[in-house]
Amino acid sequence: MQESSVDRNDELMLDGNAMAGLLQEIFGTEMTAVPSRCAGCGNEAEVGSLLAFMQGPGYILRCSACKQIVLRIVETPDSYVIDARGASYLRLKRR
Amino acid sequence: MSATSIEWQIATVKAIHNETNRVKTLTLQLPRWSLHQAGQHYDIRLTAEDGYQAQRSYSIASAPERSREIDLTVEKIDSGEVSPYLHDVLIPGDRIEVRGPIGGYFIWDGATNEPLLLIAGGSGIVPLMAMLRHRAARAIKPPARLLYSARSFEDIIYYDKLENLLKEKDGLKIYYTLTRTQPAAWKGYSRRIDRKMLNEVIQPLNRPFQVFICGPTLLVESAAEEMVGLGIPAKNIRTERFGPSNSIQGG
Repeated sequence: MQESSVDRNDELMLDGNAMAGLLQEIFGTEMTAVPSRCAGCGNEAEVGSLLAFMQGPGYILRCSACKQIVLRIVETPDSYVIDARGASYLRLKRR
Repeated sequence: MSATSIEWQIATVKAIHNETNRVKTLTLQLPRWSLHQAGQHYDIRLTAEDGYQAQRSYSIASAPERSREIDLTVEKIDSGEVSPYLHDVLIPGDRIEVRGPIGGYFIWDGATNEPLLLIAGGSGIVPLMAMLRHRAARAIKPPARLLYSARSFEDIIYYDKLENLLKEKDGLKIYYTLTRTQPAAWKGYSRRIDRKMLNEVIQPLNRPFQVFICGPTLLVESAAEEMVGLGIPAKNIRTERFGPSNSIQGG
């Protein structure tokens, strides 16, 4: 069993790489190498390096520097609902 | 460049190979194969008769140099929804639904000759193996170090294949650490990855070098933190977290 000092939620944490397929499905392009900027602390980081929490009903990507939520995605039967107020930008390469 | 759309396609299982007691490699033939980059993954989707679907991501183990087929290495998570099927039910000739290649962050394309430091925990070796195979296929090879943490000698995935890569004597060095049990006269490390170990492993590398760390989340967190502590710029460190080492979900 785990040591009591270990937070199970920390252990279950993944990263943006684990959401690569879903993000590509939504945005129509590879997203994990895309730079994002945290609206909370201003840290710029590739989406693949954001901290992912995927055990709940929705998916959450947090800033690796300040832990604030950058993107929140919920799948419904007919939509993807994306709450992106935690990102001041996502910088996608023009195709 | 990676493909911009990722359509599901039906792959045919060409072969299944046992790597360890809990790990198998599936060789899949793809009707719509496309070139991948070392470090990328494929999604596998299973659909039950009632329409229920379960989907998981598995890293590509094979080098991009192999065309029309890929190897995916899968660890069995007993409580999982997908890996027990892949381990216990799937046989060569079967067809399964896959999409990929996926991912653009945790990849090594071999474009620079900066030395490579690869750090793996458990099945985190899989995408790093693709990088080592890609490196082995290149004409000019940057120096590379692999530090691989496993529970026991029997849990080391690709041991023979890694030893074969070493025989090329092309600037690759491999360090193992076995955290639970060690065979008699074990010469490698026998503790969790720590700063002293990392410092020993990086000594012969000329900086700057690129770091790829993959494995259980807590191992990745701690190894990345120690690398920063050793003065490696965070931008040179790429990580991929696989979640808990004794997965209670996923798989």
